[in-house]
Amino acid sequence: MGPFGLTPLKPFNRGTMIEISGLSKTFGSGANAFTALDDINVEIRQNEFFTLLGPSGCGKTTLLRSIAGFVDPTKGSLTIEGQDVLPLPPYARPVNTVFQNYALFPHMTVAQNIGFGLEMQDRPKAEIKQTVGEMLELVQMTAMADRMTSQISGGQQQRVALARALAPRPKVLLLDEPLSALDFKLRKEMQIELKRLQSETGITFVFVTHDQEEALTMSDRIAVMSAGRILQIGGPKDIYDHPAERFVADFIGDTNFLDATLQSVDGDVATVTLPSGKSVAARAVQGGSQSGAVTLAVRPEHATLTKESGLLDGVLQNIVYFGTDTHYHVTLDAGSAFVVREQNQPNAGELCEVGDTVGISFEAGVGQVLRD
Amino acid sequence: MAKSRAFDVRRQTGFVPLALLCFAVLYLPIILLVVYSFNAGQSIAIWEGFSWQWYVKAWQNEKVQDATILSLIIAASASVIATSAAVMAALATTRTRGFRGYTFVFALINQPLMIPEIVTAVALLIFFAMIKVATGYTGLMYLIIAHSAFCIPFAYMPIRARLQGMDLNLEQAGADLYGTPWRVFRRVTLPQLWPGVLAGSMLAFVISLDDVVITEFVKSAGQDTLPTYMLGQMRRVVTPEVNAISTALLAISVALVIAFYLLSKSGTQTNRE
Amino acid sequence: MAQASDTQATRRRWLLLSPALLILLFAASGPLLIVVIYSFLTPGDYGGVVWKFSTDAWFNVVVERDFFDDTLSFSDAHLSIFWRSVKLSLMTTLVAFIVGFPTAYFIATRPKDKRDIWMLLIMIPFWTNLLIRTFAVMEIIRNEGVVNSLLIGLGIIDQPIQMLFTEFAITLGMFYVYLPLMVLPIYAAMERFDFSLVEAAYDLYASRWRVLRRVIFPIVKPGVIAGSILVFVPSLGAYVTPRVLGGGKQLMLGNLIELQFGQGRNWPLGAALSITLLAIVMVALIVYVRAAGREEMSHG
Repeated sequence: MGPFGLTPLKPFNRGTMIEISGLSKTFGSGANAFTALDDINVEIRQNEFFTLLGPSGCGKTTLLRSIAGFVDPTKGSLTIEGQDVLPLPPYARPVNTVFQNYALFPHMTVAQNIGFGLEMQDRPKAEIKQTVGEMLELVQMTAMADRMTSQISGGQQQRVALARALAPRPKVLLLDEPLSALDFKLRKEMQIELKRLQSETGITFVFVTHDQEEALTMSDRIAVMSAGRILQIGGPKDIYDHPAERFVADFIGDTNFLDATLQSVDGDVATVTLPSGKSVAARAVQGGSQSGAVTLAVRPEHATLTKESGLLDGVLQNIVYFGTDTHYHVTLDAGSAFVVREQNQPNAGELCEVGDTVGISFEAGVGQVLRD
Repeated sequence: MAKSRAFDVRRQTGFVPLALLCFAVLYLPIILLVVYSFNAGQSIAIWEGFSWQWYVKAWQNEKVQDATILSLIIAASASVIATSAAVMAALATTRTRGFRGYTFVFALINQPLMIPEIVTAVALLIFFAMIKVATGYTGLMYLIIAHSAFCIPFAYMPIRARLQGMDLNLEQAGADLYGTPWRVFRRVTLPQLWPGVLAGSMLAFVISLDDVVITEFVKSAGQDTLPTYMLGQMRRVVTPEVNAISTALLAISVALVIAFYLLSKSGTQTNRE
Repeated sequence: MAQASDTQATRRRWLLLSPALLILLFAASGPLLIVVIYSFLTPGDYGGVVWKFSTDAWFNVVVERDFFDDTLSFSDAHLSIFWRSVKLSLMTTLVAFIVGFPTAYFIATRPKDKRDIWMLLIMIPFWTNLLIRTFAVMEIIRNEGVVNSLLIGLGIIDQPIQMLFTEFAITLGMFYVYLPLMVLPIYAAMERFDFSLVEAAYDLYASRWRVLRRVIFPIVKPGVIAGSILVFVPSLGAYVTPRVLGGGKQLMLGNLIELQFGQGRNWPLGAALSITLLAIVMVALIVYVRAAGREEMSHG
């Protein structure tokens, strides 16, 4: 049992926590109108670590603030455990937020900050004291209870902000880029800490970030956003291996884009003809076209470089050494560029030299046809 | 020949003496005024030994007593009224994207800073004379309202500055943690606004306490404040008694201004109330 | 509250603003309109007005009707007071600039942690009673005051120099009471000044004077304009300082206005003079806003 008296749910037991449908938000009106959210549809499950990922200005924070109640959507619906929360002000919603810059009350101590939400809910003093104690322990800040928030470090402030948001036992914890102000090492620590808290508390986490690596390592599921729309929702592996759109493929990791021609689609499997004229099986995209010109995405590490002719042929332009791996920049015969990433082996010799004619191969099903 | 000192890019010939002269000019008259308030003799130029007698005389002067009490009543009332109005106005005008009528509101609030005091004084003299005739009321409220009006911008400025420097997220965090708007204002906004409110009310108090022109035009018979009493005294032979009253007033103003300075310095470093 | 609709937010805002606006409209701005109305009425015999339309007050601002033969002539008395007001205000502004600019420069070039203290020293006199400061000047320059006593004591003069109740006294007094208003905005502009620009200028063979004139001054000019306006405007409308230091002999506009409500018993003329003063001040403020706006555009 976790500290909330809740047993973390197994993924398959998870019911719906938040249901958002047709949600839109337009700021301003007339010529100055700006659509921050455009027909958002998403279902977030219980005890899920759900991440909203996208570049700045994509609408992810607006969506988070809509859930918290600080943004009033123009249209659409938003329910938490089946209850319509849009008419509710922020203070009546069963969600708590960890703000980007923590927003700790500077005139209160660490303990007073953590107890604030419970105090506002008029919980008995004894209960507040006990819960604050538990929370301090949970985030390992018991020794700092009576410090002012200005007297503790950034990492400690982060913990207090977390504890403050968790103390009222919200159904959903909203995290608005909470790790962006921390340095690299602390960020790594807090990522692990957040995962631990999520599984221990059984609370649903909705996490906003622009850091793809953070999203991939922490999330159960990710929604990739751009220009106010959700482009794709899926597990980290799903999103990485099978991006549905060019933006997703480009935003997450490195990708080679190839102009290809779609020959046939059979369920998940698409057969495409590459610029070299050779055909290969790739993964089809839902709702994509059935034939004609398409874009094929191939991850650099999914391709291999050969001295012989491969699926694609070209000339090696540049070799960039990265320690763990090496990047080979190839100019294809068709004129476009292609990068192959090879894992480095200590005893392996030089594979090729700049100027060599090389072949590039990848396995069937590795390429992903994109929705255009 | 070696240069004895490095080239100082900030030096400008004659600036330091002029600046020091400026400080001397600013303080010399005040210091002399204070010194001669302790003069044993009648003169305000010839030192005849130390004495408290002028303070005692001023203290025992019934007119001075009445004027002091009136000054304090008006300053305290005007400060409370102006500060309350300024807090509300600051809450309505900061942290909002411009709204219709903003320029009008801003101009109105700062109007007492822009329009010559004599013009406002004349306007109030005419306006209040009309009301006095119409209602027959000649009490203190005229002075209190007039003082409140010109104190508003002075109270408004530090409160507004404080509000603008405040993190909006804090109030959102309060709302997020189940605080209703009123409770968030009381528990989150007000404690942080407090130094600004205190600073604003002190400025308003000083400004009201020091006012001569508007008071002189608005007051009814027998409503002398300390400054208008002193203005009346200056037509006669001046004795160090006026110096003594001035020194006392100076002490109050300087104390409040230094307190104001320290408060605004404390800035973001808010302590627990 | 996010849920509050726009109309609710607007109502809440005006509700919060209403106490301040009501007080200001009642006891600061509204009465100005009555002044305008009064300037078009006929003076009552014992002060106040008779509700009869008349433009006499406005004529009387600059023109005088001869008591015996009704001929019109320029009012020398009024014009000389207008001229004195403008002249003394300009002199005050100029002297305040000559002393205030180096002072602001001096403070801005002190170590960072000391600047606030120096500025506090400038501001303390400003926040203390204007009447008291005027009085302090009066004590120094009166015939039996410190300056004359000192000069006589040193044997430089036999008779005290009459300084009090002269234009010199008024200018000195206004300079003294409004000097902080010159220092404050110049300092604000100077504090942000990047002294590496000065180093660059010296590097490019500029002399100290030319650095001051060609580099420092143009950049802090908005502050100088602001300071000049802040000194000029209250000087023009000054009442207490000319009354105490001019001793009723050297009137300025403020005293002329007061006179109409006192011994003059010509409220409409007083009202018209007030509006005239207000108009001059407004012109000065508009010139300032324009100048500041232009500066901002050229530097922004």
